Amino acid sequence: MTELAETPSAPAPSLTTRLELIPIVLFAAFAAAPLLATSSGAEGYVLSLLTRVMIFGIAAMALDLILGYGALVSFGHAAFLGLGGYAVGILASHGIEDALIQIPVALAGSAVFALATGAISLRTKGVYFIMITLAFGQMLYFLATSLAPYGGDDGMTLSSRSLVAGSGILENDFAFYWVCLFCLLGTYAFSRALVASRFGRVLRGTRENTTRMEAVGFQPFRFQLVAYVISGMMAGLAGCLLANQAEFVSPAFMTWQRSGELIFMVVLGGLGSLHGAIIGAAAFLLLEEFLPEILHAAGFFLSEETRSHLAENWKMVFGPLLILVVLFVRGGIMGLLRRPHHG
Amino acid sequence: MAEPLLELRHVRKAYGALVVTDDVSLSVEPGELHAIIGPNGAGKTTLIHQISGTLPPDSGQVLFGGEDITRLPMPRRVRRGLARSFQITSILPGFSALENVALAVQARSGSSFRFLGNAAQEKALNGPAMECLDLVGLSPRAYVPAGLLSHGEKRQLELAIGLATEPKLLLLDEPLAGTGHDESQRVVETLRRLKSRLTIVLIEHDMDAVFSLADRVSVLVYGRVIATDTPERVRTNPEVRAAYLGEEELV
Amino acid sequence: MNATLLFVQALNGLQFGLILFLIAAGLTLVFGVMDFINLAHGVQYMVGAYLVAAFSAWTGSFGWALLLALPTALAFGLLLELLIFRHLYDRDHLDQVLATFGIILFLNQGVRFVWGAAPLSVPVPEIFSGSVEIATGLLYPVYRLAIIAAGLAVAGLLYVLVSHTRVGMLVRAGASNAAMVSALGVNIQRLFMVVFGFGAMLAGFAGAMVAPILSVEPGMGDNILILAFVVIVIGGIGSIRGAFLAALLIGLVDTVGRSFAPNLLRLILDPAAASQTGRAIAPMLIYIFMAAVLFFRPSGLFPVKR
Repeated sequence: MTELAETPSAPAPSLTTRLELIPIVLFAAFAAAPLLATSSGAEGYVLSLLTRVMIFGIAAMALDLILGYGALVSFGHAAFLGLGGYAVGILASHGIEDALIQIPVALAGSAVFALATGAISLRTKGVYFIMITLAFGQMLYFLATSLAPYGGDDGMTLSSRSLVAGSGILENDFAFYWVCLFCLLGTYAFSRALVASRFGRVLRGTRENTTRMEAVGFQPFRFQLVAYVISGMMAGLAGCLLANQAEFVSPAFMTWQRSGELIFMVVLGGLGSLHGAIIGAAAFLLLEEFLPEILHAAGFFLSEETRSHLAENWKMVFGPLLILVVLFVRGGIMGLLRRPHHG
Repeated sequence: MAEPLLELRHVRKAYGALVVTDDVSLSVEPGELHAIIGPNGAGKTTLIHQISGTLPPDSGQVLFGGEDITRLPMPRRVRRGLARSFQITSILPGFSALENVALAVQARSGSSFRFLGNAAQEKALNGPAMECLDLVGLSPRAYVPAGLLSHGEKRQLELAIGLATEPKLLLLDEPLAGTGHDESQRVVETLRRLKSRLTIVLIEHDMDAVFSLADRVSVLVYGRVIATDTPERVRTNPEVRAAYLGEEELV
Repeated sequence: MNATLLFVQALNGLQFGLILFLIAAGLTLVFGVMDFINLAHGVQYMVGAYLVAAFSAWTGSFGWALLLALPTALAFGLLLELLIFRHLYDRDHLDQVLATFGIILFLNQGVRFVWGAAPLSVPVPEIFSGSVEIATGLLYPVYRLAIIAAGLAVAGLLYVLVSHTRVGMLVRAGASNAAMVSALGVNIQRLFMVVFGFGAMLAGFAGAMVAPILSVEPGMGDNILILAFVVIVIGGIGSIRGAFLAALLIGLVDTVGRSFAPNLLRLILDPAAASQTGRAIAPMLIYIFMAAVLFFRPSGLFPVKR
């Protein structure tokens, strides 16, 4: 994947308009889903699954911003999910239950953590960066497990979802769904603008050739650090939403496997297109949800015992799938969507 | 004589026992095209790295416009007006030719910490970028992704990017390397046009090009400057001839 | 807090550090020579532990189990190299990270599939059972001493291999300049295989050694992998010497820090707050240590020249 995503930078009308269709369809589908959910009979289940998809969509998109557009492989991004989640949980346990306070605190916390760890990590390059972000993520994970007053290993249950200006409107699953969709749309629009802006152009430039950027007078470090902070804050927002969705926070929010899964989502969807990350998150979570059943169904010729054993161990299929995607599906799902057009 | 624009004072760089830049002192006058030539392994590229700021010298000083810039990193030097091109083409392949140049314009016009507004549509950036492309004769190819340009065109693009930083001095590291005859003619013509606008330090293998363009020539052999003079005088310098004997024909 | 306890903790730290070194050594070589980031190195450690558990249940002897486990771990490493890693050498780090992450997911679930989710235990070998009195009134398990001895022996062996043999010379040269080594006409592919297999075996050996004192369970390689990363980042990627030093430092900082951070904090905080903060800070110590090292030396303590 040396050629990270192709970003149409010059006028290439046919390609761009075609690709603009995808996010429109995507968001239309999210907007239509609650209506369909009502008629499906399993309303609560469908809503909560799709809400999770959107929340992870935000987190994956945040990662795509620095991974796809800045070639910064952060292997500790789940830490920001945790930061956001714990900000909600800890504040709530002290009686501060309003999202209008919780979210700014979560964003500020994420920004500070990103600034501190980014300033150290970004001094290094390549594989050092990967390992250091991984280690910092792990640091926060261990901190969370040792926070005995806040549940330690077991995490903490929220007594209710956050209030919004004193109102408990988020308790309604539909309302919460719309809030998440609004956040997804908002972060998507912001990221889109960011990528096309002066700042975004410098970031994309450093991805392709850092030396060249220095040779025209840019100091890549500053841009990468700011991008890292923005990305961390977006992931922190996703963490706030995730805590509210689950009404629970635990160190499991920020295991390093979670960070790996976020990278997988971005790559699965296709690097450097933003909506690709959302699609990747959707594909990943739906696969995770339905793989056990798929496996059970696919093994129809096996004995019932083997079938259930197989379905139980559905995670075994995930690993090889990941390897196959890396080896053979370059460009992820967005790449597949793009290919027919290229002929 | 006016104050030199660029001055090297006793610059020295060694890798272990191997001295690659040996007490080099050199001054480049404003407005001149100063060529640096030398046989392979003379340390030309190492020298240009030290001038542009990618490599720190072990000792000695680099002065630009009278100020000591020896310890300044490359981006800060560029902002002071010291731009360079690379021997191995260094462009952003996924960006269009225009965007490559527009980024250089962007670097010197206002803050780049702007998170909104489509940079690709900014006339204030694209206008000057187009002018630079025009100067090197590349404007018809402005919207082609830089990675798809021919080798010669990429060399032209390098020049345009360098120009777009509005340098007082442009360091060119073998701008003709790897170009065919026609292409190199075109680059030489471009350089001739640029000569009157800014100071240029040219490192080049192609002797025809050097002797037809340069106002002064410095000859670097084993890390030392053995002569700095007008092209005619350098050509007849016996020491230079000896250094080049069997290496290349000095016409 | 007293000197005896400190001494015991220091021994524990040394033992932990040596185990970390065995894992980090393979990781740092694989990265140094092949520019390949292998997340699956931690599962080699887990596989080593499972192999010993399986073989000792089968043969009833830890010695035989170890003898069988080592070549099996080696074969397993080579198999992975052949099937997967080989196709990733010329890919970028992101692809390597993802694909090897896939291997972790697969194998963590794989051992659960084969041996179940419950931890296995391996009995401490008969001759190393019990404790010895290493100072008056201070008992220390013999087996842990045996691990320290084995770790030191392997470190010594590794030193001789890397600094005094032809293969070692190639590995060192490869770590600083792989292109040059291949230009010298060395079969790089085979060198890669050797390094890879050797690294896998070392990790497997580490897993086998700790099997009797830790529970053998799925995912046991994950956390130690990250610690090994911290070790090689601090030591300088590609440097065996750096890995050795950093592994011991990390082993000591972690072990001693965990038992003494609360005590030290008691000097400035009240006891309850001290023990709480101490417990929270202790696991973060090594990461703070890493951050501090990298802040001053972004390529580690012993950067390998590239």
